[in-house]
Amino acid sequence: MSVDLAIVGAGPAGMAAALEARRLGVSVAVIDEQPRPGGQIYRRPGRRDQRIEKALGPEYAHGMALIDRFLASGADYRPGTTLWDLSGERRLSLLAGGAAHEIEARQVILATGAMERPVPVPGWTLPGAMTVGAAQILLKTAGAGPAAPVVLAGSGPLLYLLACQYVAAGVAIRALVETTPRANRSAAAPHLGAALAERTLLTKGLSMLWRLRRAGVRRYRGASDLRVEGCQRCEALSFAIGGRRERLEASLVLLHEGVIPNTHVSMAIGAGHDWDPVQLCWRPRLDAWGAATVDGVAVAGDGGGIRGAVAAEHLGRLVSLGAIERLGAIDAPRRDRESRETRAALSRLEGARRFLDRLYEPAAAQRVPADDATLVCRCEEVSAGEIRRAARIGAIGLTQAKAYTRCGMGPCQGRLCGPTVAALIAAERNMAEADVPPYRPRAPYKPVTLGALASLARADISLHTAVSGTQRVASLDNI
Amino acid sequence: MFRRLLTEAAATVTISVDGAPVAVRRGDSVAAALLLAGRAVGRTTPVTGAARGPYCMMGVCFDCLVEIDGVGNRQACMIEVEQGMQVLSQRGARRIDPLS
Repeated sequence: MSVDLAIVGAGPAGMAAALEARRLGVSVAVIDEQPRPGGQIYRRPGRRDQRIEKALGPEYAHGMALIDRFLASGADYRPGTTLWDLSGERRLSLLAGGAAHEIEARQVILATGAMERPVPVPGWTLPGAMTVGAAQILLKTAGAGPAAPVVLAGSGPLLYLLACQYVAAGVAIRALVETTPRANRSAAAPHLGAALAERTLLTKGLSMLWRLRRAGVRRYRGASDLRVEGCQRCEALSFAIGGRRERLEASLVLLHEGVIPNTHVSMAIGAGHDWDPVQLCWRPRLDAWGAATVDGVAVAGDGGGIRGAVAAEHLGRLVSLGAIERLGAIDAPRRDRESRETRAALSRLEGARRFLDRLYEPAAAQRVPADDATLVCRCEEVSAGEIRRAARIGAIGLTQAKAYTRCGMGPCQGRLCGPTVAALIAAERNMAEADVPPYRPRAPYKPVTLGALASLARADISLHTAVSGTQRVASLDNI
Repeated sequence: MFRRLLTEAAATVTISVDGAPVAVRRGDSVAAALLLAGRAVGRTTPVTGAARGPYCMMGVCFDCLVEIDGVGNRQACMIEVEQGMQVLSQRGARRIDPLS
């Protein structure tokens, strides 16, 4: 099967890109790993519930309307479908319902969104220690909230957003334990003026803090040295604050230190990436239309750098117009004309983003675990001490660290340990993080069984895909 | 760990978790269903046998791996429950039946 445009991800960027392409008569397939549309931000449940949607707020309602338009757009939407290889000829190898199949596309837009930055503190692998984003997904998709008073810990707007949503839904919050460094306020201050261009964002932030105060939510500000404590389960969160240690009992501790682009696919296809020294993450190198350095592949939304859901929708439109022009369905003047408003909206959001980036820059101590016993690679259970030792004896990048310690070799393929391993190597070897080469992910991007591979109907499946695929499956089966 | 906050009733399906029947809400992911059934632990790790449960709920961390309908290493957060689904917690590496 062949389409003009394949979009990977059905979040705000992917849905907006699909809508634009359909409007201009381009054939579109939208691949999404989740069973339902919306991405993480607008995750829609199987059955909607008024009370939950009210607690989630007006932005979520906007997302639901976007989903309705997307579903009616005529795009070939394929939920529950995992991309496990994207070839240089833009052949997408997919997995759905336990069987593999392929589609070909003239243009590809990766709208793979963001993932939460790892929070490698002691005990973060205990059952009951989860991310703030995970808990929000449970609220959106299952209408589920903590059964006992919960502790939210870390830094970033999502911490306050979930806390407010919990307050609105009647969930008891034991405390917010905030690790945002105080110095961030002075670093962010010079950007306040530019942020005022998009007042709604700041108003929203202030309103969240006000609602938390009115609800009497306890906030510990300036906390450090977080530890999730417990034997087989999460039992408490302890932390240092004002020269003393506090311990809050909780069977559920939600961690968050902001989000980073999900670059697994863009890295795997060999696209150029740059280190973002403000957002402290890698992001694909993109031109003014979101095109990556790999022919025919573009990136839209948070996968190209964190700018938030509102910007992601604009970027979806913009990047789609670029792809549609490359397909020849519209000419460049029309592309430029139709993107003018979108570009203006994006530039208004830019100032607020710079302000937020600096205000919630994670504390160095939250990214680089001080305690050598802290697990860094959750899959292979490699500790910070082991990574430090590997760095001392010559690991100058993630590939070496992987060879020395097995970090990044488990089923998550380094998605979760990569940022921490890089930060540890940089700290130990006194290098800039920009100079620490990241993991090079390879196909299959997610585990595929031999049975699923065998179901590929095409007899001429490329030897390269088949061989690299089976090798990977074989190694996964051994873990 | 989690409880339902919903006001509206929804259809339920019955799945089997480690051999015991559990009524769950249609549309829930397997991971959500397990957490709401009070099961925080879904697997033990292949390296040290440590207990693990869902962490990211969005398909990144692979800590929610369970065996579903005889296939191991399934991401419980990415799969919706279905009537009659057989879910087994996973101990260590996935089990593979030898070819006969």
